[in-house]
Amino acid sequence: MAVKIPAKLDARALRREFPIFEQEINGKPLAYLDSANTSQKPRQVLDGMTRFYETSYANVHRAVHVLAERATSGLEGAREKVRALLNAPDAREVIFVRNATEGLNLVAYAWGGNNLGPGDAVVVTELEHHSNFVPWQYIANRQGSEFLMLEIDENGDPNLAQLDEIARDHNVKVVATNLVSNSLGTIHELAPLVARAHELGAIFVCDAAQAAPHMKVDVQAIGADFVAVSGHKMCGPSGIGVLWGRAELLQSMEPFLLGGHMINSVRVDKTTWGELPHKFEAGTSPIAEAYGLGLAIDYLQEVGLDAIEAHEHELAAYALGRLGEVPGIKLYGPPADRRAGVVSFNMEGIHPHDVAQILDLQGVAIRAGHHCCQPLMQKLGVAATNRASFYLYTIPEEIDQLVEGLHAVRKVFA
Amino acid sequence: MSDPALESLYREVILDHYKNPRGHGVIEGADAEAEGQNPLCGDEVSIYVAFGEDGQTIDDVKFSGRGCAISQAATSMLMEMTKGRTAEQVAALDKDELLAEIGVPLTPVRLKCAMLGLTTLKVALHKAKGTPLPDGLAGFDELDLA
Repeated sequence: MAVKIPAKLDARALRREFPIFEQEINGKPLAYLDSANTSQKPRQVLDGMTRFYETSYANVHRAVHVLAERATSGLEGAREKVRALLNAPDAREVIFVRNATEGLNLVAYAWGGNNLGPGDAVVVTELEHHSNFVPWQYIANRQGSEFLMLEIDENGDPNLAQLDEIARDHNVKVVATNLVSNSLGTIHELAPLVARAHELGAIFVCDAAQAAPHMKVDVQAIGADFVAVSGHKMCGPSGIGVLWGRAELLQSMEPFLLGGHMINSVRVDKTTWGELPHKFEAGTSPIAEAYGLGLAIDYLQEVGLDAIEAHEHELAAYALGRLGEVPGIKLYGPPADRRAGVVSFNMEGIHPHDVAQILDLQGVAIRAGHHCCQPLMQKLGVAATNRASFYLYTIPEEIDQLVEGLHAVRKVFA
Repeated sequence: MSDPALESLYREVILDHYKNPRGHGVIEGADAEAEGQNPLCGDEVSIYVAFGEDGQTIDDVKFSGRGCAISQAATSMLMEMTKGRTAEQVAALDKDELLAEIGVPLTPVRLKCAMLGLTTLKVALHKAKGTPLPDGLAGFDELDLA
């Protein structure tokens, strides 16, 4: 019987492919522990995008000249790479958007705007990023529907029984959650929630912005109806994201943004919409950004998503252990094996902004704030937390630098 | 502290105001009050003003809230700076005067923390006097006032 050898990556070697680390910050080596906010970019992506601009750039889908063909195949090639990454049945279901937020707005407006009404409910969890919270809250209010939240426990797992309670009084039309929490790092077991949502006749919308950089996201295995991801968190450029949706749903929907490219024919009395995916891609696309996302996907596939996930579990375990040594620290979230490379914490009596600023002076970049998760902060009873987050290029020395920095923070406020 | 950058930002006077805030508390039945929030980092400040018999001089001013050292220390300093001045003088108080008092270089993000108390105090005074909020404060009023 073959023994499965866990995939390993060499973070120290990979790190050399990220030019950002070739500098010092405030006279110290850069410890970039803010990858859940946005990831750094490897040379392969940066150089590839430059080459694309230098040799293959033109507008897509419109002209017949050579550059237009190259640019179009660059864009459509990236679409196919996204399809393969997400194991989507069909590349036409892959809609390029600016980021996960725009993708989720697209679903809220174009699906919710035509399918929600009085008596209906949209259900999210307390652990949502504002991107999967505010659009639903807004559209539910606008349509006269209820907007409701499932409570979470200290690991970040939602209370499923509440969904059934909600279903007794409402027609649950949408259940929307993340796959990996950006604030607690929790990797969710979505299967029971998806199954229950579908039994209730609801669509299931998955915010995978924090998951896609760190693990395999298989839209068919999840059983989702819509999945949104952001390119910038997964080594790709900013300004490009993806909404995947089931073709029959996308086909039944009205467009979200209107204008050039998304039409079939335009007359004064009537305009008809283009086919998928063009119906949802009005205006000139983020062409080089989509191409860059394709390069980032190549890069992640080469490193191996299994290896990335294993690396992050290892770092999370190391960080939880080392941070636990710091007096006066409070750690939030699940055990290391249930979380992606995200650790949120607070220092007793010291505001996260002060913690982050003093860390910055020592070359340590973390995020301090509410992480676009104000409902969660209310639940935790805090205004903000500190968050250290890791990626494929993170090395244990950066976590050591963080721990040393926290001792310095304590000295300032002693 | 040995790091000069650290020493300059978290200088002793800031930490002193943070740990021992002046004018911390609530004035029941205040003549003017407002609540301000810095949505970027969750700093919160409520300010209460009691006018003297002339209805103009700030007889007492207190604040409550929670937040980072910069926001809380700056508001504490503001309490000392504004007591005894008139509402009109405080409404016209230039931010540079407070910044000089704080006396440390601030990044744009931390500037918002430092200005939270002053902005909230100005909003409280404008509301109490019924004077229109200046341009820079208009959005603040809409967003954050309790």
